[in-house]
Amino acid sequence: MKAFTRITARVAPMDRANIDTDAIIPKQFLKSIQRAGFGPYLFDELRYLDHGEPGMDCTDRPLNPEFVLNQPLFAGARILLTRENFGCGSSREHAPWALEDFGIRAIIAPSFADIFYNNCFKNGILPIVLDAKTVDELFTLAKSGNDLTIDLEPQTIATPDGRVIPFEIDASRKHRLLHGLDDIALTLQHRVQIEAYEARRRTAAPWLFPDTAPN
Amino acid sequence: MTAKTLYDKIWNDHLVLAEDDGSALIYIDRQLIHEVTSPQAFEGLRLSGRKPWRRSANLAVPDHNVPTTDRQAGISDPISRLQVETLDRNCAEFGITEFAMSDIRQGVVHVMGPEQGATLPGMTIVCGDSHTSTHGAFGALAFGIGTSEVEHVLATQCLVQRKAKNMRVAVEGTLQPGLTAKDVILAIIGRLGTAGGTGYTIEFTGSVIRDLSMEGRMTVCNMAIEAGARAGLIAVDATTVNYLTNRPFAPKGALWDQAVAAWAHLHSDDGAHFDAEVEIRAEDIRPQVTWGTSPEMVLPIDGRVPDPNAEADATRRAGIQRALDYMGLKPGTPLTDVAVDKVFIGSCTNGRIEDLRAAAAVVQGRQRASNVRLALVVPGSGLVKEQAEREGLDRVFRDAGFEWREPGCSMCLAMNADRLEPGERCASTSNRNFEGRQGYGGRTHLVSPAMAAAAAVHGHFVDITRL
Repeated sequence: MKAFTRITARVAPMDRANIDTDAIIPKQFLKSIQRAGFGPYLFDELRYLDHGEPGMDCTDRPLNPEFVLNQPLFAGARILLTRENFGCGSSREHAPWALEDFGIRAIIAPSFADIFYNNCFKNGILPIVLDAKTVDELFTLAKSGNDLTIDLEPQTIATPDGRVIPFEIDASRKHRLLHGLDDIALTLQHRVQIEAYEARRRTAAPWLFPDTAPN
Repeated sequence: MTAKTLYDKIWNDHLVLAEDDGSALIYIDRQLIHEVTSPQAFEGLRLSGRKPWRRSANLAVPDHNVPTTDRQAGISDPISRLQVETLDRNCAEFGITEFAMSDIRQGVVHVMGPEQGATLPGMTIVCGDSHTSTHGAFGALAFGIGTSEVEHVLATQCLVQRKAKNMRVAVEGTLQPGLTAKDVILAIIGRLGTAGGTGYTIEFTGSVIRDLSMEGRMTVCNMAIEAGARAGLIAVDATTVNYLTNRPFAPKGALWDQAVAAWAHLHSDDGAHFDAEVEIRAEDIRPQVTWGTSPEMVLPIDGRVPDPNAEADATRRAGIQRALDYMGLKPGTPLTDVAVDKVFIGSCTNGRIEDLRAAAAVVQGRQRASNVRLALVVPGSGLVKEQAEREGLDRVFRDAGFEWREPGCSMCLAMNADRLEPGERCASTSNRNFEGRQGYGGRTHLVSPAMAAAAAVHGHFVDITRL
């Protein structure tokens, strides 16, 4: 997994609540069996004026000038600022894949949907929850085109006007993200405990361990 | 011993390791796999040279991309075909049981699992699909995960999780005739909002929930995620046990008796602590119809399209306005005046036999309205289809001018050829009315199967309690 330590980058304000994963990456792009290449189709229905299909060359597609990531002020944005319940709906990890492929490394919102929040950490994206008032203040700042510095180790966001905003993140997720650790390798370090659990469980609930599936 | 919730009990039964910071390694009993969210997980296993920890814990089925028309012709879209063939190849390579497209047992993953008895009480069940919450109807802790976690479960049979909070939603009283589980869960989502359950596992209780069939309970738990809760739960009772008796994957003989005895503790203890409690009176629930682009944008059929100007909060006001613009609706319009172009009956929410019976009962002896271009009935699985045909339901639908199709996810999310065209309005028994969900520019109204069937024969939404 990609590590996240510290970034200084333009923040793009997406002033809308309940942005769902269908909006982040529409279903037609989920047919890909690859993990990369979703960036050009990020927010496809909001970003382009035509209808996107997988494999399309997006360089000549008509852009929606109203959409925040198409505006010159927010070119190269790597931080997304948004409203409540970002990432609700489907569990598709194609949503963080598309954000990461596009270049987004951190998302700030008053709240996130659970599955999406979890999926971000698997892809080196830092989702940050701040209270609604602070988010409001950041919107004011972001709309005029500003950079933020997000530092994971001290858990802070620094604004150009000298403000330092602290944020919360649980210790194990922070550790994994800071060092870009492989979750599966970490879990397999507990092989002995998993096998011991299985042995106990096999005795207590043997019906959960059939030898073969029915034909 | 302190009183525990059903969620606490299942969580404790699966705890492999608890870390100091509140995260935990929990054991996963069953992983369900479909073609959309698994290819990159299998590829990850290959790249790292890992093998599945316990092959028999996994069960796979293609559902999102499969055509609902002639199966003999295969899948015409080459990208969809490749994804389904990739699932076939991965399951063969890693030795995982798969019900392929040609198998009578193939169907929407959340219809297939319970139907096969692959979903059992007290299990932890995951799938790379948010509607995995469906399986909570059996007193199983079931939730959707991303593809990295699909790979994690394949490789380790475990997941790193943090325990959610406990919420109880009690639905007490007696439902009006004609109302269904779908109306109940839409009313609950209307009350909680689309993020009201975020961070919680919701246990659904009360006389209405206890009186529901397993099909109805699955409809309720299926949409827990639309209220933000990754998992919904319903206590195990005789209805649960009866449903599972003799299912192919369910235990048999002495093992069955042992399992049934163990399942008796799968309910919340008296006095167990819930972090949040909500009570809904069944008598207050009317047939529900969504009017907007989020499942929380829902009203009783007697309602009118809301006026954004009546909303004080600016973000919410803008959200309502955007939804009305997208949906092509004017404030104040009675919902019964809203005409539909297409009707979709199916999905993991409402593609089970009871749903098809309820829809057929409304359709019987009537005809699809002339303004309705397409009324699509897509059974949730091959076995549901077979059962419906035995009961003659296919004739009822066909005689009324509906299309009777092969099983799959179909127009719930339009990854196959079934979709809305821009601007088309649909009465749908599915679970999400997000922008573009059923097709680019398509407009979705979520309803129960009976309400969808009634909209198909009347050409607009009607109050089925007044038919």
